Amino acid sequence: MEAEARRAERDLEWSQLMRAAQAGDRQAYERLLREVTPIVRALARRRCVIREDVEEIVQETLLTVHRVRHTYDPGRPFLPWLSSIAVRRSIDALRRRRRIERHEMRADDLGTPGTAGSGPVRGGLESVPQADETFIEDAANTEAEGLRAAQELGQLLERLPARQREAIESLKLKEMSVAEAAAASGQSAGALKVNAHRALKTLRRLFQQRPSN
Amino acid sequence: MDTERLIGELVAGLEPVERLRSPAVRALQWLAVVAAVSLAVILGFANLEEFRHRAADPRVAAECIATALTGMAAILAAFELSVPGRPVRWAALPVPPLVAWLAASGLGCLRNGFGHGVGESSHCFVFIAAASVPLAVSLMWMLRRARPIAPLPVAALGALGAAATAAFVLEFFHPFDVTVIDLLLHLSAVAVVMVAVTWLRRPLLGVADPARGGPP
Repeated sequence: MEAEARRAERDLEWSQLMRAAQAGDRQAYERLLREVTPIVRALARRRCVIREDVEEIVQETLLTVHRVRHTYDPGRPFLPWLSSIAVRRSIDALRRRRRIERHEMRADDLGTPGTAGSGPVRGGLESVPQADETFIEDAANTEAEGLRAAQELGQLLERLPARQREAIESLKLKEMSVAEAAAASGQSAGALKVNAHRALKTLRRLFQQRPSN
Repeated sequence: MDTERLIGELVAGLEPVERLRSPAVRALQWLAVVAAVSLAVILGFANLEEFRHRAADPRVAAECIATALTGMAAILAAFELSVPGRPVRWAALPVPPLVAWLAASGLGCLRNGFGHGVGESSHCFVFIAAASVPLAVSLMWMLRRARPIAPLPVAALGALGAAATAAFVLEFFHPFDVTVIDLLLHLSAVAVVMVAVTWLRRPLLGVADPARGGPP
């Protein structure tokens, strides 16, 4: 009973903070976002088993709260409004995760280098230059071939859409973490991951369309 | 970007916003405009004497009322669900009038039989599909102000509302009693509108898909 009263009191407080935020009160908004972040994180953890996705869900929920703050009606409880956004973003994260995994599985189905000989492409970018390897003897993969592969890769990267190129360069070539790459590029973590996977897909297609193939 | 930094950026970028009116008020605004336009079209072009004669049959009257209620209920539900935090059970609101509409039309089919080919009935399909376009577009334009976080039910309910409203207006231009073919064509038109609007929900509602890399 007491806990329920405390919850109701807290909800009322958040509702008032959101009303102030809608009027442009930055202090109220900052307090609100800081107070609700752990709640959103707990909701995301409950729905998402992959730890690295949790913070992404939290951030996307906060971004959505910001974007749809005009839809909040201060006459109604705040928590159901917030929870529905967090739940929706968790579902989106799961869908995104499934899409990515599906793409990875499809790419794996294409075969791995060295096993079939004729299956030049694997799931990752690192496999693209490897497609030129003969796998008969190491010496065949000379420095000159490596250089040529790098140049070719550079040309293929130039043909990617800007955001895909940015994602692949930061995540795969510069080996930045998703958070670092997101901060550097201004893309959300989710968008970066999807763009990186799209880039790999485009690269595979471009690679297979090369005249030598 | 870490969450702390994101909060800092969101706070720094905070601007006052105009609060969205309640979904019921917005639904009523849309319905009022559509009612005014529909009334003008009906008074201008429909054969009211013929309609009066048809509507004297309680089955036809019930069918008209149920169709109008389906449209109104679906539109109200679409507005409610466009805002976060509204219970999903709003989606069930149009179900009872929809069942009544189908039952009343089904009764007409029992009386009037299968019909004699598509013939004039094809006009019904074209009428519902064509009239639904401006209705659905204007409705989605109003709904997009809420930037729905779950666009699928909003678009599906909105499309049902638009198509049912078009079917209601059609009643005033429907000089013959409903047959199985009529009913099938009416339902096909409603289904086509629902599939098209649901398919185009993201551009119509102006929301990207975060699961495909769009902004949340």
